Amino acid sequence: MAVMTMRDALNDALHREMERDERVIVLGEDVSGGAGGTSGSRDAAGGIFGVTKGLLPRFGDKRVIDTAISESCIVGMANGAALAGLRPVAELMFADFVGVSFDQIFNQMAKFRYMFGGKAKTPVVLRMSMGAGMNAAAQHSQVIYPMLTMVPGLKVVTPSNPADAKGLLTQAIRDDDPVMFLEHKALYARKGEVPDGDHLVPFGEAALVREGQDATVVAIARMVPFAEKALDKLEAEGITCDLIDLRTTSPLDEETILESLSLTGRLVVVDEANPMCSMASEIAGLAARKGFAHLRAPVQCVTAPHTPVPFARELERLYVPGPDRIEAAIRDVLKEG
Amino acid sequence: MQQSPAQIRHAYTRMRLIREFEERLHVENPKGEIAGFTHLYAGQEAIAVGICENLDERDYIISTHRGHGHCLARGCDPRDMMHEIYGRADGLCKGRGGSMHIADLSKGMLGANGIVGGGQPIALGAAIACALRGDGSVSVSFTGDGASNQGTVFEAMNMAVVLKAPKVFVFEDNGYSEHTGASYGIGGDLKTRTEGFGIPVWEADGFDYFAVYEAARDAIAEARAGRGPVAVLATATRYFGHFEGDPQNYRAKDEVKRFREEKDCLMQMRRRVVEAGIFSESDLDAIDAAVIEQIDAAVASAREGPRPGPEIMLQDVYLDY
Repeated sequence: MAVMTMRDALNDALHREMERDERVIVLGEDVSGGAGGTSGSRDAAGGIFGVTKGLLPRFGDKRVIDTAISESCIVGMANGAALAGLRPVAELMFADFVGVSFDQIFNQMAKFRYMFGGKAKTPVVLRMSMGAGMNAAAQHSQVIYPMLTMVPGLKVVTPSNPADAKGLLTQAIRDDDPVMFLEHKALYARKGEVPDGDHLVPFGEAALVREGQDATVVAIARMVPFAEKALDKLEAEGITCDLIDLRTTSPLDEETILESLSLTGRLVVVDEANPMCSMASEIAGLAARKGFAHLRAPVQCVTAPHTPVPFARELERLYVPGPDRIEAAIRDVLKEG
Repeated sequence: MQQSPAQIRHAYTRMRLIREFEERLHVENPKGEIAGFTHLYAGQEAIAVGICENLDERDYIISTHRGHGHCLARGCDPRDMMHEIYGRADGLCKGRGGSMHIADLSKGMLGANGIVGGGQPIALGAAIACALRGDGSVSVSFTGDGASNQGTVFEAMNMAVVLKAPKVFVFEDNGYSEHTGASYGIGGDLKTRTEGFGIPVWEADGFDYFAVYEAARDAIAEARAGRGPVAVLATATRYFGHFEGDPQNYRAKDEVKRFREEKDCLMQMRRRVVEAGIFSESDLDAIDAAVIEQIDAAVASAREGPRPGPEIMLQDVYLDY
């Protein structure tokens, strides 16, 4: 075990997998950076958040490919390289740029295997930074995983801590299906213990981060540390909750959620996405469909409002579900029944 | 004509196979047994075959919504394709793909593609795999005049040049982008546009198999040698509508008739090889008869093919979920 940031944990996973399997390639804008610049320095960026730093000098520019600002082409190239036997890890600097490349995601990679009669393998990992927290405003701050989660054929991963980030990225690279890997940009500097050596976290297995009696709290990515803060405060008053970190939204670990709900009877879902067709509404629906008998109070959904992400510090703070709102929602769910 | 008689026989047979496959679908389609949209390639056979006769099993192609010709030129099984077009459980894609999504990965055929312009970045990715293998293989994308206006095509051309990828852009100008003349949608022209990216262009008459073959041979040799992406620009026409059932009100009444009588690629090829004494009319008639028999058998068996059950709907979304 070593303590490291989520950024370094992801970087470690990339190094290890590129070392282990020469079919793994990395491509995207500025994944090394510096080409064509006046300093002569390659690996000048190592990715906009430094996640791919050091890969170019180690593995060379045939496997670490800087691209033009052409997101459709980046994702499409990853798709074709995968069909031709490689295992590409493509990077979109910001998850919002899915908007530029969505055809290659939901019409192409997600459907090859199905449309082509089960003969295609498309082991693409599409890494992207997501989420609010840097005042990057409406086009650089969205979480967007709900719209990826609804696409059959994609797997969607949302790590909340360095150990899971390493384990889930390793799994994603070794996985034969296309994987959307969403890294919350406010978590890159989050530190935690990370297992040395090979570390895999299987998809579809949520983590029970805390155990408690009074309610079930389901959270995703940055909402997990926020929920922990809320729970710290409530625990001082003797209120305890199960805290479930989904880790992957597709596949979705329904069993862990429903089992916890059967014990607590109360459910709070914390989701940084906009409220309609969100993971929050999905999990509330799951509770209504399969956990209705256990529900002792209406499900509380803590989400962003139905607005784009605003810019000003005050407005972004209002937009993002924080520990205070989570605490209030837990208190609300405990009021009834 | 530098090709051997065996090569010419192979190419002629493939072209005839495409023609008969498409002519037969045009007859069968209105009968109601074939579901969905069908886009026929008849008229452009010399392009698909002229290109694919220059490829070997290391190479990749990616096709378009008008993909039957590219699939057959690449060696996909016409019986399995016919079963797929009829939506049968034993079709090439288990009846889940249909006319617009025929693929055969085992033959380096990365799929027809229902999204116009969707294939070019994908083919570039395969070209990157070719370059990494370093075995001289190439990756070919077929692009219609309509698709040539998609941003993905520009992105792929640019990146192919940046990466010096062994990528072959084949532009097929059949005169129409769906229901609109190609000249309307293309600002400037395809050749100078492509050259503007720094990609050398070989032009060929798309009705002339030998012209396409030779242009592709020279272009592909450059790409195989690692000198970067190349383009082949071929002009022809499609004999049918954008889709089956298209009333084609945008075309002059005798346009197709004139092309069929004056320019048809199979007619020209027959004349050339007979005049050169390579094959006789009756040699070629025998090929035609065998192809027609093959298509008859494919249609008959597709009509009787097994219908897909619900289990096929739920398969193959993931390898593991």
